[in-house]
Amino acid sequence: MAVTESGAPPESFRLSMLLYDTRYRSYTIQIFALMMLMLGAAWLIDNTVRNLAALGKDFSFAFLWNVAGYDISQRPIEYDSTMTHGRAAVVGFLNTMILAVMACALATVVGVIAGVLRLSNNWMVARLMTVYVEVFRNIPTLLWILVFGAIMTEAMPAPNAFRGDDPAASMVFFDSVAITNRGVYVPLPEFTRSLGALDLGGVRPSLDAIAFVIVVALSIWANKLVIAHATRVQNATGVRPKTWWKSLLILLGPAILLLWALGFHLTYPELRGFNFQGGIHMRNSLIAMWLGLGIYTGAFIAENVRSGILAISRGQTEAAFALGMQPGKTMRLVILPQAMRVVIPPLISQYLNITKNTSLGLAVGYMDLRSTLGGITINQTGRELEGMMLMMLIYLLISLTISGAMNVYNSRMKLKER
Amino acid sequence: MSDLHAHTVAYVRESMIPEQVAPVTERGAVKWMRENLFNGWLSTILTVLSLLVVFWIVADLGPWLMRSVWDAGSLSECRRIWAEAGQPAGACWGVINDRLHQLLFGFYPPHLYWRPVLALVLMIPALGPILYPWVPRKLIWFSAVYPFLAYFLLWGGSIWLPVTAAMGFVAGGAALVLLRPLGTLPATIAAFVVPVIWWIVAAGPFAAVMTQILPIGIEFVRSDRFGGFLISLVIGVSGISLSLPLGILLALGRQSDMVLIKSVCVIFIEFIRGVPLITLLFTASLLLNYFLPPGTSFDLILRVIIMVTLFAAAYMAEVIRGGLAALPRGQYEAADALGLDYWKAQRLIIMPQALKIAIPGIVNTFIGLFKDTTLVVFIGLLDPIGLSNAIRASSDWQGIYWELFIFIGAVFFVFCFGMSRYSMYLERRLRTDHR
Repeated sequence: MAVTESGAPPESFRLSMLLYDTRYRSYTIQIFALMMLMLGAAWLIDNTVRNLAALGKDFSFAFLWNVAGYDISQRPIEYDSTMTHGRAAVVGFLNTMILAVMACALATVVGVIAGVLRLSNNWMVARLMTVYVEVFRNIPTLLWILVFGAIMTEAMPAPNAFRGDDPAASMVFFDSVAITNRGVYVPLPEFTRSLGALDLGGVRPSLDAIAFVIVVALSIWANKLVIAHATRVQNATGVRPKTWWKSLLILLGPAILLLWALGFHLTYPELRGFNFQGGIHMRNSLIAMWLGLGIYTGAFIAENVRSGILAISRGQTEAAFALGMQPGKTMRLVILPQAMRVVIPPLISQYLNITKNTSLGLAVGYMDLRSTLGGITINQTGRELEGMMLMMLIYLLISLTISGAMNVYNSRMKLKER
Repeated sequence: MSDLHAHTVAYVRESMIPEQVAPVTERGAVKWMRENLFNGWLSTILTVLSLLVVFWIVADLGPWLMRSVWDAGSLSECRRIWAEAGQPAGACWGVINDRLHQLLFGFYPPHLYWRPVLALVLMIPALGPILYPWVPRKLIWFSAVYPFLAYFLLWGGSIWLPVTAAMGFVAGGAALVLLRPLGTLPATIAAFVVPVIWWIVAAGPFAAVMTQILPIGIEFVRSDRFGGFLISLVIGVSGISLSLPLGILLALGRQSDMVLIKSVCVIFIEFIRGVPLITLLFTASLLLNYFLPPGTSFDLILRVIIMVTLFAAAYMAEVIRGGLAALPRGQYEAADALGLDYWKAQRLIIMPQALKIAIPGIVNTFIGLFKDTTLVVFIGLLDPIGLSNAIRASSDWQGIYWELFIFIGAVFFVFCFGMSRYSMYLERRLRTDHR
């Protein structure tokens, strides 16, 4: 039997092959899909253009430079009602980020504690944590935010309850924090020998804070060098030099020295007139959102942590014990590094959820991005299309940044399989 | 020898002593408490702290609940009752009693309450064959009819609107069956094209003509009369049932080899997942008028259902993609080796396994969707939370918070907890590996 190289006769192209030949079918489908997509997009754009024309509107973002004319209760940067809509949007964005970071921190702490305790041998605590997780997971966030808002405004004492020799309410944490129905007042860190603030055209970051951050970053870096040196010595001689006192000195020394040099002290809130003065005023809206989002998402994080720890097979613990490791070391060196790989990705997507859920701030009047740019600005200027597009774009950028960070983490932590 | 032995040993027990009870610390409640509550100092501290928390909650809530007043028409009446009894304030459940219908149905006409109730009752036989294997399979036909029936019952109006909509699906199915001999592809295309042509071209006139000829119908209820848990259930159930198939399609699209299909799916999924639901709802309420031909407007609840469905479908797609990724490569290859085409392989081999793996995630998405129906309050629909604000705004019930929150939260808890328990049951039922 002779085998020839060009056994099959060259097939001539027939039109039906576009549908039935798998080599061409995917192109046919894709070109068809592309045509439908373009038709759909053209239809939407045409509708939009005609609708805008009918309303006598144009498509421009110039409204961002008009005077906003509304006040924002919580201002991380300088703002008043004579400034522009763009500035208001920035304030809203910063409020969103402040809330997101605070809620993420709270949710992580609550979630990790609850997740670990749910696995505890202690019957009481495990049941209690199960109740917490189930109750919070199965009831909408919005309801929790409203509940915490109501607790703050309805169940907390008014400022004048703190007055008098025998007050009905008293401040907590050594008389430093006042929880009232108008918000929570916490001490404000201040510097007597302040370096002043950097002027960046409208934004004035405090030089003290920058200096503090730089010093802390440098100490962490120096500490890393010390630890690396210790590891080198250990590799060379087999004995690891004691580093804890060096680390402690390096980490804390410069920071304390800097704070002392700048004259660091706390300004405590004081009852003056009808209200508390001094200190940082955290409004009820912020507290309600913070507790609502933090404790609600904490229940989800608890489940992630629990499943992450359970995902590490029992054999790992037994192997570590067989090597003679103590329980503490087993947890730190064997279980946690593996559990982290399972826990971190869902943890980050919970952070993403928190960031998106900050848009519920409207329910308690928290002035976040959605309430400023996507709320009052749109109502005042009538620029729904532009405002919503800009807002979605900003949320999208935040989300993509966070999920980009997650992808980097995942690829770094991925099991290197050969 | 034995003689000697008998004398040298002082005492030999000849009978078993009766079994003694274990020491008090090693049995019963004490043992259990030592092992589960007080094993170590940390555990003891935790137990004491937990007891404090439980005590604190019970001590706060217990007396408040003990002083419940069920029969009152306003908050001031409740206060009067407490004052007469010389008690501090308690729970005033009169608000639930007084406004129960509103919380359940919103402003749905009271003489038509039987319709949503009937729709809800009929949902049980409609869901039965889908949820449980022991329900007769024949009932699946009722499940197929149910969406149209539920629409008719809830909104009312002429019966011909849901009937013509359903006829589109029937026509599609008929085209698929009739054209099967001509080949799979023409039949599939026809199955998609025929219903679309029917809905666009013929459905409107047909419904109008039939209404003229045979005016069967019940009282029409406008969407803005819907409210309370009725609206949550309508949006939640439709969103749940629509988002799963859409999510499967998106997940398959994202796994596709076709660059264009894949990138469209990726962009869609990432966009939807990247923005908060509330912005999509605002798009539905504010912007949709821009994107539709001038002069058209359609029902707000329908818009919300579409947006919620799209939102949940993007999350669903990611969950199902996880299930697909967890499936061993051999399953795909086995399907190919059997000579199954793409859709058959998906339907018979891949999806049953991938969906089984993804059950917890799918149900979590369902639960999330159901909870997210509360966000419609921001675009002016009166869901339970919106109604609780409205009730609080009335002079009778000004200043009532906890009773409403507890009631709404309890109802949501029952639904969501039920769903998560069902998912556990399903996982157990479908488990095929031997552990």
